[in-house]
Amino acid sequence: MTSDIAAILAIDGIATGAVYALVAIGTVLIFTVTRVIFIPFGDIAAFTALTLAALDAKRFPGTGALVVVLACLASLIEIISLLRAGEPRLLPRALLFYLVLPLAVVGAAWLVMRMDPPLAVRLVLALMLITPISPLLDRIVFRPIADGTVLLLLTVSVALHFALVGLGLLFFGPEGVRTEPLTSFSTEFAGVLISGQTMLIVIAALVFSGLLYLFFDFSLVGKSLRATAVNRTGSRLMGIRPARAGTIAYLLGSLMAGVSGILIAPVNTVFYDSGFLIGLKAFVGAIVGGMTSYPGAAIGAVGVGILESFASFESSALKDVIVFSLLIPILIWRSLASLHSEEEIEE
Amino acid sequence: MTRFHVQLAAVAVVVCLALAPFVLSPFSITLMNYIGIYSLVAIGLALLTGVGGIVSFGQAAFVGIAAYATAWVSALNGQSPWLGLLLGVVLTCSVAAVLGVVTLRLQGHFLSLSTVAWGLAIGFLFGNVEGLGRFNGISSIPPISLGSFALVSSAQIYFLIWGIVAVVLFLGYNLLDSRLGRAMRALRGGNTLVESLGINAFQIKLVTFVIAAFLASLSGWLYAHMSRFISPGPFDAGMGIEYLMMTMVGGAGSLLGGVVGAAIVTLLKNSVQDYLPLIAKGASGQLEIVAFSALFILFLQWARQGIVPFVARYLPKTKRERPQPAPPLPRRPQPTPGELLLKVDGAERRFGGLVAVNNVSFEVRSGEILAVIGPNGAGKSTMFNCLTGALRVNKGEIVFAGRPITRDPQSRIARAGVARTFQHVKLRPRMNLLENVMLGTYGRTSTGLFAGAFRLNLREEASARHEALMQLERVGLGDKPFELAGNLPLGNQRILEIARALAADPALLVLDEPAAGLRRQEKLRLAELLRSLRADHLTILIVEHDMEFVMSLVDRIVVLDFGSKLCEGVPSAIRNDERVQEAYLGGVA
Repeated sequence: MTSDIAAILAIDGIATGAVYALVAIGTVLIFTVTRVIFIPFGDIAAFTALTLAALDAKRFPGTGALVVVLACLASLIEIISLLRAGEPRLLPRALLFYLVLPLAVVGAAWLVMRMDPPLAVRLVLALMLITPISPLLDRIVFRPIADGTVLLLLTVSVALHFALVGLGLLFFGPEGVRTEPLTSFSTEFAGVLISGQTMLIVIAALVFSGLLYLFFDFSLVGKSLRATAVNRTGSRLMGIRPARAGTIAYLLGSLMAGVSGILIAPVNTVFYDSGFLIGLKAFVGAIVGGMTSYPGAAIGAVGVGILESFASFESSALKDVIVFSLLIPILIWRSLASLHSEEEIEE
Repeated sequence: MTRFHVQLAAVAVVVCLALAPFVLSPFSITLMNYIGIYSLVAIGLALLTGVGGIVSFGQAAFVGIAAYATAWVSALNGQSPWLGLLLGVVLTCSVAAVLGVVTLRLQGHFLSLSTVAWGLAIGFLFGNVEGLGRFNGISSIPPISLGSFALVSSAQIYFLIWGIVAVVLFLGYNLLDSRLGRAMRALRGGNTLVESLGINAFQIKLVTFVIAAFLASLSGWLYAHMSRFISPGPFDAGMGIEYLMMTMVGGAGSLLGGVVGAAIVTLLKNSVQDYLPLIAKGASGQLEIVAFSALFILFLQWARQGIVPFVARYLPKTKRERPQPAPPLPRRPQPTPGELLLKVDGAERRFGGLVAVNNVSFEVRSGEILAVIGPNGAGKSTMFNCLTGALRVNKGEIVFAGRPITRDPQSRIARAGVARTFQHVKLRPRMNLLENVMLGTYGRTSTGLFAGAFRLNLREEASARHEALMQLERVGLGDKPFELAGNLPLGNQRILEIARALAADPALLVLDEPAAGLRRQEKLRLAELLRSLRADHLTILIVEHDMEFVMSLVDRIVVLDFGSKLCEGVPSAIRNDERVQEAYLGGVA
């Protein structure tokens, strides 16, 4: 391997890693606030790419139908649980959030799409369509078992991923998509060609991580999310609703996953099931950060991207084997590094 | 319901299974074969997840290793499938042992995530290794033959599959009811208790992990020779989840749940495949996995326990006989009264900048009750944890019965004769009183894996049962040995912990705040019990808060304050010591 190739591989790796980093940060966000290891984040990223591709092709994406189905389900569950709790006066508010709002988003997207909007608008539309999915899934799937162990939540999360892959095939079909590049700009740096897309990916990753940092450190909502992450019961006593904090975390997280999906779509061909590997690799990165640190997760994810890039140069068939085998030493290192209080498994 | 009824039911089920191939259609028999093959994996997973508390997403990879091994031996190299079985089992168990050694020290969800990682890595390997047919798989795998009789049709291999399942279930239940099985069942709920009983938790986890992999390898072998063709698909991560699902649906805590879960999931999947196309045309494959995952999620939301435990609640309870008298277990040589038993010399323990225990020295002599007291934050619990090996001292030395134990792990210290109880009671609420106390006899018994599974240990088992009953009677809980430990009130749970500690035949009994949370009557009963133990020449070290309880009971007291030893002496002297009064009451105003 010459230094030229190494440099190209490294840049390639950094770009892929930056995409993983966005998903990884979302994963850490959700985990700290809700204790759910949200494996389906990768699917959200892939679905965004597919949504964008459908919009580009002037088809209304399957995401719309998916959101409608999920919104109906979530509303149904919310209605039942509110009636059971004997609080029918909260019904209008719940319906507004779980039914009207998502349906309005889909409706708006449908109307705008008919006007043949430019690329920037299509990007916004794709993000708008994708963001309601995770909060709705949270309401349907995780809220009823919010008190469960991390392991139970993880098991459910893995099952949810498989459901989403099936739904992905149903709503988007088996074809892979590759969207048009967001920019055709490219530059040469120290003799190596860097595409504008790569730079865009890295810049987007930096900007979003920075925004997240500002959000957490300087806004009350961000602080309440951090409080929930540290201690659910304690923050509840301070008037923070963990369920609401969870919804905000899911919204933010899926926004980041959505952005990463948009960024990766012009670089890699995305299929309905591409999300799993994106999610898992991001997750490997998140584990490097101990599932609690945002910079740690970002650095870990970039590391995974670079590793993958070099591994695929050595042996493209075995690159995934290499990446996942490496997870084990990382896990051991993390497990040794973190002081664990013994988690009592439910009897 | 007696043991006889259970056996009768088992025989009836076996007869039904044996007759099934003569009545069922070939398609149904094939379905039954799949159920049997999946059952094996699910039984192993029930042992691993339900009993041992280790959630594995990667069992499908073990199935795959064995299936590919036997396919390589028989289809590609023309050797006997039996040689394939040998290679498959050895290879799978070796891989599992290596993975286990590397990962089983991981905690909680880190461990489960590692199973996702190696499950995926191995899964990818099958499709990418040159010489294993890549994604096309390996075809024309020969059938298993017994002598010259080849098991070609599904009705023929049926008997082999279900015979293996029956034997596995039989041995599995035997194992769970043995010394090692009790240790496995104790794993769920944390290592601290397990280690304090002299059990090497890591070793037990490793054994459980390899057993589960072994069962998966049997399944893989049968699968390869039944379907006569393998490809990477059935061994990928999705299948790993499906196995976990079978286990959880059946009821992760029970081996039978593995079979029931495998049956339900397989039949359900089959009917989903049949009926979904009728509801939604042209989308069967996709909707199948969606419907399936949705059902699984619903199941986890509504019935985390699984089906078998749910049904078992409505069955009449099996009546069990009280253990009969049996030859006693060997006892350890007890120290002579008055001899130096435990010596703590200059112990120091820091947490970062905080010195929790600072240069503390004291001695415990055989036959006495010594109390370590002190106000909140005095370092009592830290001292206690250093003694029992839960924490290491940074400086100083601890000598027990003439042997330094400063650097020993918990289980070594326990085996040396230090038995403990916990401030926050640690019992296994789903095991009965007798089994909880029998956990204490682990260090005094020696039955291994095979002796346990084949019931070659009846004498030792009877002795252990009788010993446990005697200790229950000694502490006054002998009337209901088959009650579940979780049903006892707190006072009796503390007493039960003492019975468990006594069953280990300790030289030193260490009690961590035994009176905490007890009512007055319960405290009096506890004090009485401890006095009777002293009368039997047992040495007791108590860490306690309750002054009244301590003053009337113990021989000597060591007072700690801010991590250092304040003073030491008989109760009356301590009561009048000004420094102690100041520490507790904040000085003379």
